[in-house]
Amino acid sequence: MAISISSTAAAHVAEQLADRGHGIGIRVGVKTTGCSGMAYVLEFVDKLEVGDEIFEEQGVKIIVDPKSLVYIDGTEMDFVKHGVNEGFEFKNPNAKGECGCGESFSI
Amino acid sequence: MALLQIQEPGGKQAKPLHRRAVGIDLGTTNSLVAASCGTGVETLPDSTGQHLLPSVVHYAKGKPPLVGGEAKALLVDDPLNTIASVKRLLGKSLSELKAKQDYLPFEFDEARADGAPAILTEAGSKDVVQISADILGALVARAEASLKGALEGAVITVPAYFNDAQRQQTKDAAQLAGLNVLRLLNEPTAAAVAYGLDSNDQGNVVVFDLGGGTFDVSLLSLKNGVFEVLATGGDTSLGGDDIDHAIAEWIAAQLQEPAGVAVPSMAKLRQLANAAKHELSDKTQATILINQFSALLEESTLKQLTADMIRRTITSCRRVLRDAGLTVAEIDNIVMVGGSTRMPLVRDAVAEFFGKAPLTDIDPDKVVAIGAGIQADMLIGNKSPDSFLLLDVNPLSLGIETMGELVEKIIPRNTTIPVAKAQEFTTFKDGQTVMSLHVVQGERELVSDCRSLARFELRDIPSMVAGAAKIRVSFQVDADGLLSVSAEELSTGKKAEIQVKPSYGLESSVIEEMLQDSQSHAKIDMEARSIKEAQLEATQLLDAIANALLVDGNLLSPEEADSLAESIKALETTMTTGSSVQIHAATEELNQVSSEFAAKRMDLHIANALRGESIDAMEKSTD
Repeated sequence: MAISISSTAAAHVAEQLADRGHGIGIRVGVKTTGCSGMAYVLEFVDKLEVGDEIFEEQGVKIIVDPKSLVYIDGTEMDFVKHGVNEGFEFKNPNAKGECGCGESFSI
Repeated sequence: MALLQIQEPGGKQAKPLHRRAVGIDLGTTNSLVAASCGTGVETLPDSTGQHLLPSVVHYAKGKPPLVGGEAKALLVDDPLNTIASVKRLLGKSLSELKAKQDYLPFEFDEARADGAPAILTEAGSKDVVQISADILGALVARAEASLKGALEGAVITVPAYFNDAQRQQTKDAAQLAGLNVLRLLNEPTAAAVAYGLDSNDQGNVVVFDLGGGTFDVSLLSLKNGVFEVLATGGDTSLGGDDIDHAIAEWIAAQLQEPAGVAVPSMAKLRQLANAAKHELSDKTQATILINQFSALLEESTLKQLTADMIRRTITSCRRVLRDAGLTVAEIDNIVMVGGSTRMPLVRDAVAEFFGKAPLTDIDPDKVVAIGAGIQADMLIGNKSPDSFLLLDVNPLSLGIETMGELVEKIIPRNTTIPVAKAQEFTTFKDGQTVMSLHVVQGERELVSDCRSLARFELRDIPSMVAGAAKIRVSFQVDADGLLSVSAEELSTGKKAEIQVKPSYGLESSVIEEMLQDSQSHAKIDMEARSIKEAQLEATQLLDAIANALLVDGNLLSPEEADSLAESIKALETTMTTGSSVQIHAATEELNQVSSEFAAKRMDLHIANALRGESIDAMEKSTD
């Protein structure tokens, strides 16, 4: 089981962590919401929770809780620019469908 | 999929990534760069703590250009290769500058084919864009060292009166320096922004800018956070340099009196004069020392030397007020800009004229750069994390529908925003009390080919004949691209308004498509528009004649009535099928035929009006 991250995304995570000044890594997970069932969670991590899995990729710690991992195993995290908007994008092999706005996905 | 940002644990919004943007005051004498540094926007100093970068460039063979204080120090010894006040040369042709050769001791490059001024230096021929770019480059290097990273954008200030050529050359210089220009901002607007005057709802602001080389006075009107320049004035050849020059000449005159004292170069004299002037900002006299000679400059002497210049600044203020149609009492704030406004003599004169103390809290040398920095910070998105779509121009024209389904463009595409524009419209029918306003976006001439943004109505227009009502429609686009449209009936002040976000839901591909459409259909559109206009004119005439026939049809002989009916029919047929030229011709024809009828009606009505009235009664009725 693993999560991977592109070098661009890793650089942005590192920069944002440095800007923030503290935090051990980022948490990637899922929560139930949105119009298609599930949405991604992406936040800074200050404290590890019990059962958290840690993947170290390109010098960045990606932290995933075990429940989420089954939904996002094999996901590749990238950083992209669409016009004036920029941010992180997940390529999740488990997702079967996405809602129109792409906020949420279903398995 | 939607793009995600890293959030704070627990779902709190993460602090948005700070993007590096600066405001640059590219001045005639000095330039500055300002950026947001945590607590607020401040000007950035160089490694020695100097905020002001003298706008002076020195070119030496085989060396990179030297910019700032070190270059300024070479002005005296190497005047041919040291260029100061390049801003004065922007947008001008070489022949225009020739008259000032004594003031600008350079050798111009006569060989240039385009007639643009370029200065011959040891390091080759340098044109004004290149020289300006070298100044900008020094500021960029300073900012990038201070902010620890590449700049993403800059707001550069220009005088409000700068014409297109001057603005374009400023932009070209920025591009040459590798800067992404978010916007060119008018200097007076930047100064007002620095004082936070844009957070007021409305008001009139006078910006009094007495810099090193130029004097500008601008009258800004603030409405809903958008500044509009009502009037500008000033003198492009009046500033601290001229005051220095006057003092320098005074010193030279003092030297010449006792024989034997060699008069130093003008540049040296000016340095002495400048130092003496600064000393007089907080003292009443200054001592000037040259070799064994010393001269004492008293405040009263300075007052005499500068009286004419100060009088000229006040005259400009008066003229600007007159141009804008405002009185001194209607001015809410006076903002002082430029190092020369530190002179107590200047401040006093301004306070006396406007009857209130001017704003002087922010360093007058830095105020424009700070305002530009605030604007840059906002435009790059550091101030409002929610709005990531930043438009510095409106991508498509905005307008309203007029009679005949035609589009009247109020804000043409590619206008820099924020912007406010107004136009007057009138009623189309007699007694019309409601006006329906349809706000549209696009480049095409017919409403059906444009994008509909919003509709609203202005009610309770007083009943008047067609064309008598005056309805002022104002369009205003703020920095976020939010459009508000208001319509006001000027005699009653009755008002209606609406807000829309014109960019909402518009992909750049759609904008592109709309633009291409308008280009490929330009000809068809033009024809369609002229036909519609001709049809409108015809309809108005037909309506008027139909009304007249209803009331006074009996005035016509049977032959006249027949001929009139024929022309009406002819116009009605041509209207639906003819070209605009044919419709115009038929309308003209009907006009001719009906003129006899119109004359008869007028005679009758005048006769009716006068019948049985005594002169007294007539006089009373006109009272």
